[in-house]
Amino acid sequence: MNPEPFRVEIIRNRRHIGQWVLLSLVLLWFILLIMIPLFGIIKETFSQGLETVKTSLATPASLHAFWLTILITTSAVILNTLFGTILAIVLAKQKFKGKLVLESLLDLPFAVSPVVAGFMLIILFGSKGWIGSWFSSMNIKIIYALPGMLIATLFVTLPFVAREVLPVLREFGPEQEEAASTLGASQWQTFWRITLPSIRWGLAYGVTLTIARSIGEFGAVLVVSGSIINKTQTATLRIHDQFSDFNYAGAFSAALILIVASFLLLNLIKSIYKTKGGNNS
Amino acid sequence: MNGIKVENLTKKFEDFVAVDDVSFDVKEGELVALLGPSGSGKSTILRIVAGLETQDRGHVYLTGENVTTLNPQKRNVGFVFQHYALFKHMTVEKNIALGLEVQKKNKNVIKEKIAELIDLVKLNGHEQHYPNQLSGGQRQRVALARALAPEPKVLLLDEPFGSLDAKVRKNLARWIRHLHDRIRVTSIFVTHDQNEAMEISDKIIVVNRGKVEQIGKASEVYEHPKSKFVASFVGNVNVINGRTQDNQIALKGTEGRIDQKTNDIPDNQDIVFLVRPEEVVIKRTASKPTSIPAAIEGIHYRGSFYEVDLRIGDNEIKSIIQKENYKKNPLVVGEHVFVLFTQFKVFEASEGHQVIHRMLKQLGYIE
Amino acid sequence: MKNSQNRTLTSVEIVPRCLSFFYIGLLIVLPLIAITARAFQGGLQNLFHQITLPEGLYSLKLTFSLAFILLFINIITGTATAWVLVRYNFPLKNIMNSLLDIPFAIPTVVTGIMLVVLYGPNSIAGSFFENHGLEIIYNKPGIILALLFVTFPFVVRSVQPVLMEMDNDMEEAAQTLGASKARIFFRIILPTLLPSILTGAALSFSRALGEFGSIVIVAGNIPFKTQVASVYIYGEIESSNIQSALGTAVVLLFSSFIVLVFLNLLQKWSHKHES
Repeated sequence: MNPEPFRVEIIRNRRHIGQWVLLSLVLLWFILLIMIPLFGIIKETFSQGLETVKTSLATPASLHAFWLTILITTSAVILNTLFGTILAIVLAKQKFKGKLVLESLLDLPFAVSPVVAGFMLIILFGSKGWIGSWFSSMNIKIIYALPGMLIATLFVTLPFVAREVLPVLREFGPEQEEAASTLGASQWQTFWRITLPSIRWGLAYGVTLTIARSIGEFGAVLVVSGSIINKTQTATLRIHDQFSDFNYAGAFSAALILIVASFLLLNLIKSIYKTKGGNNS
Repeated sequence: MNGIKVENLTKKFEDFVAVDDVSFDVKEGELVALLGPSGSGKSTILRIVAGLETQDRGHVYLTGENVTTLNPQKRNVGFVFQHYALFKHMTVEKNIALGLEVQKKNKNVIKEKIAELIDLVKLNGHEQHYPNQLSGGQRQRVALARALAPEPKVLLLDEPFGSLDAKVRKNLARWIRHLHDRIRVTSIFVTHDQNEAMEISDKIIVVNRGKVEQIGKASEVYEHPKSKFVASFVGNVNVINGRTQDNQIALKGTEGRIDQKTNDIPDNQDIVFLVRPEEVVIKRTASKPTSIPAAIEGIHYRGSFYEVDLRIGDNEIKSIIQKENYKKNPLVVGEHVFVLFTQFKVFEASEGHQVIHRMLKQLGYIE
Repeated sequence: MKNSQNRTLTSVEIVPRCLSFFYIGLLIVLPLIAITARAFQGGLQNLFHQITLPEGLYSLKLTFSLAFILLFINIITGTATAWVLVRYNFPLKNIMNSLLDIPFAIPTVVTGIMLVVLYGPNSIAGSFFENHGLEIIYNKPGIILALLFVTFPFVVRSVQPVLMEMDNDMEEAAQTLGASKARIFFRIILPTLLPSILTGAALSFSRALGEFGSIVIVAGNIPFKTQVASVYIYGEIESSNIQSALGTAVVLLFSSFIVLVFLNLLQKWSHKHES
């Protein structure tokens, strides 16, 4: 994803037929798959008129849904940034038995279907589950309630920060920190002034990915929350609900908001990636 | 004593003994080289002195204080890393400032000190640059300034010129010597390059396989090596197998004898004969009792001197002749001549010498 | 506690390590154990029976076959796209590069909606296809479209950096030895790219296996027609048929594991040839 100065030796400016064909095919693919759907939805949403859009967005249920998404996303970002950084540091700097297993497990959320993820969490945290029953006895609901939705989101976004920070730390090596220690810096000072700044771009990138995924998470949260209107519906769940009710105006407008948010995030990702590439030669 | 003292240091990595009962001291204000091949343990020794590695046994004293159990933060050592270890996200200024900020020095004091150091290492104009905007030599100077800023008691340099190219290395090495003469901080630098060690250090500590082989001034170590290893590692040397016979030295593969007694080696013993290229003198006529017949196999121009390949029986050795001397008496490939050795060293042959022979071949000192 | 260097650990090291184990344990290990335990609770035979129930079995077959079809499509289109993006210069190249990430950033439900809008029975494209007997939405083609969209970037993004990093040296050497462009591509470039292609393929495969949000909207979830495994599981959970849901879920989970192991082995293999 890193834009590179183009290599004059390989890129030929005179093309022959084969290359034109390849180019057009890829472009066509791209247009059909990505460009057209994008424009389609923008057009559809506004075909219903701006007023409809505004009304459907302003219903209490919709507002609650957006609020819930923001709440969960923020909490997930805070928790996963904290734990993700700790995980990355432990994996990069410490040697112990079971390190490989820990690292492989980190990738599991990427490979698991969201529905299965939600299912696992219901079994564990449901009122009859090993952990859930304990909370149930204290009258605290995890599944079909906010805590469960947060846990589901934590699960699916867990790897992002850790996976982005880990390679940066590994490349970083211990020398800069050793240098800091010879200059008299305590372990805490070294962490704040040397370690943390070195991972800031990896961290930023991971956080952005976490936000994007949290906002968009559907399957796991659907299973775990029961999608109760005005109670446990996030923005994505709301969209699904309205669509199933044939309330297209509502569904499309909410979808558009999410698309805009995604676009902004995307650009943020891009610019972070560029700066990250620039500063770290 | 006010320098560096190291006693009975031992360190093992799993089964591998990296440092084996090493003791030495460095006087206050001395600049000492820890010289040895890769894997000899020299960097480990340095890191133990800094506190970056923990020894299994032994003690470290810095300016009289026993720092054996102290962590690096508290030892007040300046350490310059082989790959500089500059803080990539900080400017040159901030890099140098860190040690002072940790000491909680006043802002103005810091500013002054930085200016002083930048001037000292001749990096004026680069204060706001980031490490990736500097050349290798410049980065090394920043690393040095950064290490010196907190006024450490002791300066440790780990192969400081390792990643630089030859010309820059030489200049930087000399420059460090000058710097040292100005600041007079007790210093140890680790290197595998014996020329460097000989050029700028007050004293050389030769290390091999975790043990100290010899300690002494450059001239001592070069002229009076105490072991085969030191003889062959420090400076270039020709190695010939031979035998003590009838109170003479017989070189394998040739009839020639060197009519000299070897005091501590009994007769009829296999030996290793070491002679430096500049100690091999070529003559056209035999001069008793010590000249040996040889044939010239190659002549190479090397700028200020000529390198001559000679064959003595099965042995191939090199001789060095200064340009002016050569011009007076040029040689021809294929000539049969006689060689005289002005100086040489003889050691008993043993398994060890096979190892050295192999190692020298690997290092390119001999063919 | 001692670490592998036989030094006693400081609290600065112990606390983060325990926190790490706690977090992964709570969020990943325990749920895994819980679902596996629950699935095997009724015994192996019962589990097998649940997995092979007609509706569930069909959904698994559908899911896997779709995932494999996509695997092959993506390998080809993904590599081609990466090639075009790295080796060619054309107007709109930068835009295309940025837009490539859209599937990563758009919620899956929104993807589903976009596809319905575009290719549904009320749209131009949709009615066009329908008149020619091809129902896109609420049928298998719709699912494939959805999966294409969400899995497209994986191979591209996996191959791109490797292609960019590739030294020209090997290609130039081959050219001086007289090798044709095709030969260079197949003998030199492709093998170098192979690990990254396979990585992207594995990622897209596991994504296709587990995709839910877009398919739920696009496919109508008709059993024995357009119901994929994830949707089947969801349905069973909603109907409180935990046992049958468990069976199919365990199969998907197991496949995820295999993909993970495969990816790990791939990493090790590709590092063997480097440095």
